[in-house]
Amino acid sequence: MLSENSILWTALSILLLPLLSYAIIFFFGKKLPRKGDWVGVSLLFVSWVQALRIFFAFWQKGDPQWRVEGSVPWLKVGDFVADAGILVDGTTAVMLVVVTTVSMLVHLFSTGYMHGDRRYERFFAFLGFFTFSMMGIVLSNSLLFLYIFWELVGLASYLLIGFFFHKHSAANANKKAFLTNRVGDFGFFMGIMIFFTAYGTFNYMELFAQMQTAPLTGALLTWAGVGLFMGCVGKSAQAPLHIWLPDAMEGPTPVSALIHAATMVAAGVYMVARLQPLFDPQALLVVAYVGSITAFMAATIAVVKTDIKKSLAYSTISQLGYMVMAIGVGAAGAGMFHLWTHAFFKALLFLGSGSVIHAVHTQEMPLMGGLRKKMPITYATFLIATIAIAGVPFFSGFYSKDAILAGALAFGWTEGHMLPFILGMAAAAFTAFYMFRMLFLTFHGKPRDEERFHHAHESPFSMAFPLVFLSVLAIGSAGWQGPTDGWFGKFVAPYDLTAIAAEHGGAHAAADAHHAEADHAAVESHGGGEGEAHGDAHAADAHAAPAHGDAHGETHADAAHGGHDDHHDVHHKAHVTAMFMSIAVAGLAILMSWLVYMRGLIDTERFKARLAPVHTVLQNMYFFDELYAATVYRFTLWFSWLNAAFDRTVIDGIVNGFGYLTRVVSWFAGQVDRFGVDGLVNGVGAVVQFAGEGVRRVHTGRIQTYLAYVSFSVLVLVLVFRAL
Amino acid sequence: MTVGLPHFLTVGALLFSLGIFAMMTRRNAVALLMGVELILNGANVNFVAVARYVDGGVDGHLMAAFVIVLAAAEAAVGLAIVLAMFRNFGTADVNAVDSLKR
Repeated sequence: MLSENSILWTALSILLLPLLSYAIIFFFGKKLPRKGDWVGVSLLFVSWVQALRIFFAFWQKGDPQWRVEGSVPWLKVGDFVADAGILVDGTTAVMLVVVTTVSMLVHLFSTGYMHGDRRYERFFAFLGFFTFSMMGIVLSNSLLFLYIFWELVGLASYLLIGFFFHKHSAANANKKAFLTNRVGDFGFFMGIMIFFTAYGTFNYMELFAQMQTAPLTGALLTWAGVGLFMGCVGKSAQAPLHIWLPDAMEGPTPVSALIHAATMVAAGVYMVARLQPLFDPQALLVVAYVGSITAFMAATIAVVKTDIKKSLAYSTISQLGYMVMAIGVGAAGAGMFHLWTHAFFKALLFLGSGSVIHAVHTQEMPLMGGLRKKMPITYATFLIATIAIAGVPFFSGFYSKDAILAGALAFGWTEGHMLPFILGMAAAAFTAFYMFRMLFLTFHGKPRDEERFHHAHESPFSMAFPLVFLSVLAIGSAGWQGPTDGWFGKFVAPYDLTAIAAEHGGAHAAADAHHAEADHAAVESHGGGEGEAHGDAHAADAHAAPAHGDAHGETHADAAHGGHDDHHDVHHKAHVTAMFMSIAVAGLAILMSWLVYMRGLIDTERFKARLAPVHTVLQNMYFFDELYAATVYRFTLWFSWLNAAFDRTVIDGIVNGFGYLTRVVSWFAGQVDRFGVDGLVNGVGAVVQFAGEGVRRVHTGRIQTYLAYVSFSVLVLVLVFRAL
Repeated sequence: MTVGLPHFLTVGALLFSLGIFAMMTRRNAVALLMGVELILNGANVNFVAVARYVDGGVDGHLMAAFVIVLAAAEAAVGLAIVLAMFRNFGTADVNAVDSLKR
């Protein structure tokens, strides 16, 4: 087992190896054999092995509260010192494995997919840079560095979406992604600064400790939480800022798999899950609703999209909505669990679609069909991923999605907000339907474009291997267990806030009897299996309740104190109910999909015609882009026009006025110079010249003349003195 | 008719005037120097005459001796200048040497 110190160094190496890969390939890639792709793949492989070492260290320890933290002072501003630090705990270990695994496989896949691209080495450099930034988000122990790396992944995403920048649509898509993220990041920054202003620290654990002893109150805390969540809304493509993710599919498909499916978009979920103690019940309610609405809306859009990558993009948005909803309803563990399983099967789906696109050179599903025979490996792995995401039992997606739905149902029963559960369940049905639609349209049936079908071929080993590797994970990454009762519970569990408070805050928290009592409740509900995540979230509320004093918090507190047995029952019942409902719903949806797309029982064209308004709304993605065009863009344009007009009239007026004034003054000064100063100077010259003209006549240069002067003068003098 | 002071003074004045005239009319530098000699000797005659008739001492003689020495020195320096002038300008015409004026 690794010691704490070596865990920190291992984590640091995981962070810096991708950066090394970036530096080597960026500066020397062109000179290296094979343009240096092997540097990226091998360094990522080392990184992956290191991540697994940390993972198994935590596996052996089996304690979700075990944290290893180390930092060095980075920036001194007056009395305040910002630390650069690494925090490794179970959640981090899980994320490290997710990111390195997918990144390594995507590196490998790209050696085949990007083969022959003109900027091949640049692509690998950017992949390394992205992986480094993502590791920074995962490993950071403070909000400050979280934000820095948050922006760096944004930059990496921008660079990679616009990798084919000569394509107009790609150049637009990366701008859209970057600007949309700015909106979310604005809120994120506000949230961070509210907490920093209140507590004077960026460090997670110190913030959590201070939240226990001196919580922020009321609306400020809610808004701070909503602010932090806005960062997640932008980065994790939640409604209403999800519009950038489908456009981001302009990037190369491996990028879509790595950044826009498995890792970067999950960063928002990771951030909210990690910072959950900073969210109050109201903010979490916002989180739950935004997540569930996103999950449902994106799932419905995915049903009508014919572009395979766009459809997968909406599927990703929908699944991210699930994770966010899970955190909102107090099942953060289930959300992280879904992040874990989803990363693998969604990366697999994207890489599979990349394999298909590589073979048929189109993204339009109506031009595919029947590829099953041509691409058996791609088909088999895509099928596995489809089953996993659809929520069929014994595949990884089932366990995580089920846990989320159970959490949502329990939340609905205890809090009276049933909408997240209903939307989640509907989204589950749509998910199963559109995924099998995609599978049937792409791989089954008759080839609809003989030309393309004829040229289709199975992908090379470098692309097939990642597919097979990921399909194993798509089946088994959940370990056939739920997030809390199984191995995952040893990694991810709600923070033991009183312990953190005692560690960082000193005596305040420990002395508070109320807190001790709440902690007791939390520990007991830990034992309660399924109820764990939810129960502890409630306990956290109980912590907050005395300071908040609001009705919502009080109910939570009562529930946590009085009836954790009831809670356990509720969660058990919710789990069973949700499980059977989700199996039934998924089964029905798959059956429907089969009937429609395989048997042709329902004519899709006629169905489309009958539901024309609905189809129009879905086809246009709920008119979000149009809405923004009509409001945000128009307002921006109008405001810019206003500013321009102000510039033109007022600012330009002032500037030009000063210019004119200067010109007038200069003219006067010029006149003074010309006539006064120049007159004086020229006058002196003229006098001298005039005098010279006169004197020069006397000075003839002839000795005789001078002698005549002398003689004459002497005569005159003689006469004068004689007269005296 | 006895020869008195006025006769000597008249000779001195004549010599002086002839010297002035020579200097004003001649262009040759050597002729100019000769004019100077006439002037100086005119002065010498006056000195000696006044010494003989008016003063009675040797002051006038002394002064004349000084003038003769001075004239010798002047002739040496003057001729040297004339020589240098001729060497530089190829002429002894004083009016031709006016490069400072241009």
